[in-house]
Amino acid sequence: MADDTGGDLHLRDVTKSFGTFTAVDDLTLTIPQGSFFALLGPSGCGKTTTLRMIAGLEEPTVGSITLGERDITHAKPYKRPVNTVFQNYALFPHLDIYENVAFGLRRRRAKDVDKQVMEALALVELPHLARRKPGQLSGGQQQRIALARAVVNRPQVLLLDEPLGALDLKLRRQMQIELKRIQTEVGLTFVHVTHDQEEAMTMADTVAVMNNGRIEQMGAPSELYEAPSTTFVANFLGQSNLVTGRRIAADTETVTVLCHGQTLHVPVSRCGTEDVDVLLGVRPEKIHLGGEAQEVAAGLNSFAGGIVSDASFMGVSTQYLVRLPWGQDLTVFAQNRGIGEQYPVGSRVTLSWEPAHTFALAGDATAGVESDLAVPVG
Amino acid sequence: MAIASVAHTGPAAPPPAPAGRSRSLTPYLLLLPGIAWLTIFFVVPIVTLFGTSLQVPAEGGETGVFVQAFRFANYVDAVTEYWAQFSRSFVYAGIATVLALAIGYPLAYMIAFKAGKLRNLLLVLVVAPFFASFILRTIAWRQILADEGFVVSSLKWLHVIPQTATVTASAVAVVAGITYNFLPFMTLPLYASLERIDPRLLEAGSDLYGNGFTVFRKVTFPLSLPGVVAGTLLTFIPAAGDYVNAALLGRQPGTAMIGNVVESRFFRIVDYPTAASLSFVLMAAILVLVFLYIRKAGTEELV
Repeated sequence: MADDTGGDLHLRDVTKSFGTFTAVDDLTLTIPQGSFFALLGPSGCGKTTTLRMIAGLEEPTVGSITLGERDITHAKPYKRPVNTVFQNYALFPHLDIYENVAFGLRRRRAKDVDKQVMEALALVELPHLARRKPGQLSGGQQQRIALARAVVNRPQVLLLDEPLGALDLKLRRQMQIELKRIQTEVGLTFVHVTHDQEEAMTMADTVAVMNNGRIEQMGAPSELYEAPSTTFVANFLGQSNLVTGRRIAADTETVTVLCHGQTLHVPVSRCGTEDVDVLLGVRPEKIHLGGEAQEVAAGLNSFAGGIVSDASFMGVSTQYLVRLPWGQDLTVFAQNRGIGEQYPVGSRVTLSWEPAHTFALAGDATAGVESDLAVPVG
Repeated sequence: MAIASVAHTGPAAPPPAPAGRSRSLTPYLLLLPGIAWLTIFFVVPIVTLFGTSLQVPAEGGETGVFVQAFRFANYVDAVTEYWAQFSRSFVYAGIATVLALAIGYPLAYMIAFKAGKLRNLLLVLVVAPFFASFILRTIAWRQILADEGFVVSSLKWLHVIPQTATVTASAVAVVAGITYNFLPFMTLPLYASLERIDPRLLEAGSDLYGNGFTVFRKVTFPLSLPGVVAGTLLTFIPAAGDYVNAALLGRQPGTAMIGNVVESRFFRIVDYPTAASLSFVLMAAILVLVFLYIRKAGTEELV
């Protein structure tokens, strides 16, 4: 409702339990007005429950939700200036597209329903379908109508529950761009729930990675990708090579870590732990692959003595698996620019990368690995 | 359910055109048992019955001996004579249908949306009365609704009905019996269509500023209309032709329905032509009513 005073969405110490299962665990979160915010996590991490609590479809067990100055923790869903785009769109099958979009306006006895409905349909570029029934539309069209039906009410916050999950890859890409365009055009706060890390990163200003009912890390997509602060984030968001090591020295700018006999450097700002035992991480595309004889430039981190154990050609890049002397495989993406060498399986190689691309974490190297590690970030 | 599919008159995509080679005999072979069954046990008897309805008594013959004629005036006579019973049948059936809907809808709604783990148990309970004989249960209602019985005296004590009221052998008893006997036929199709509704649609309605009642009026009820149509037809059609309830719970001739007339014309008075023409009029009347009803309820709103 446009006449409400706007404001940021705050979740304070929100916990939601279903019996003995805690879906959302003491979550505190601020979503600034007008931002595109993504809640990212594997299924069962509590992201949809969080969304449903904002929509009013679930009540928090503990904690409060405020929108601007208004406490909406226990407000009925129909009394909140919040609208949802549901996972499978939930269009009313007995109403035509026009009446679906007009539903919220009619409930609030809005004036010039006709004008607003047609504007919303124009926004999603489907005004010609006004008199069709939802069953006659394709998935992508239904998705856009679901969006129009929510946006037409000008809610303070628009919630999107995996709205692109049912679409094929190509349509999903297209809808991602459309959603972003519409968000910029209407300037509403969008809260987008997804398990697709790429989708979250493409669209959102801020991404919160959730796991086991808690937020693991929150920030701009590039920040999360370049400097993950937990192993879960490092593994869930793109691929990471994590190598165990021991902190042996530190000055104001650099932490020095000993990894399997090799001294490596990490900027202090990218070291997320004070522990002596650390996990050193580097993204596969940041690693440079060199022949055994090639000299590594001074100041780079490097591992020598690797053997290429697998090389998969993937079009724009080649994915190498390099077996290091202590038996661990590291992944390396090498761009196929047609310059530089190709390394067949069995080649002896040296890996090197900028210390500035290194990050250090505490904890379990395999956290989050079970999620879609197979899909590299393009 | 055949009736439910009749009610599906919404725009549906036509099935894809059959490929050339599938113009085989298979569909006809599959239809064959049904057609044979219906021909032998429905079409032939109905033609015979139609013949009977036009017969006249044999001249100088005994009771129950008729000769074939084409006396269409049989119909006029039957309708003129039994007009009261016809209209009573439709009024009773109509009231019973409305009552069954009023009782069955909340029941079906509760089972579909609120029953949780009890859902299957409650469904069994809805059909449980069928495990006991229809006649026995109807006779039991005679006792339940007896003037000196518990129900009537409680209602009198509460001043819901006047002290002088009598329920035994009244229209109230007949309608109550019909309502009771056909309640499962109302409840089950209602349940089936309510249960199919995606709960997310109700959430969407509530998310789009509809309060509980509005969501029911604008989403739940329209989506349950196929069940309402199927349930009312399954109740109304047999109720209009019912004679057991009026025979066991009513008082002749004051509460006689057309079914009772047909029954007595056939078996007691042995007036086959009148009984047959009454049956045909009843069938035609129900067909017309059902057609009008489906036309009205079944075009716009049904999905």
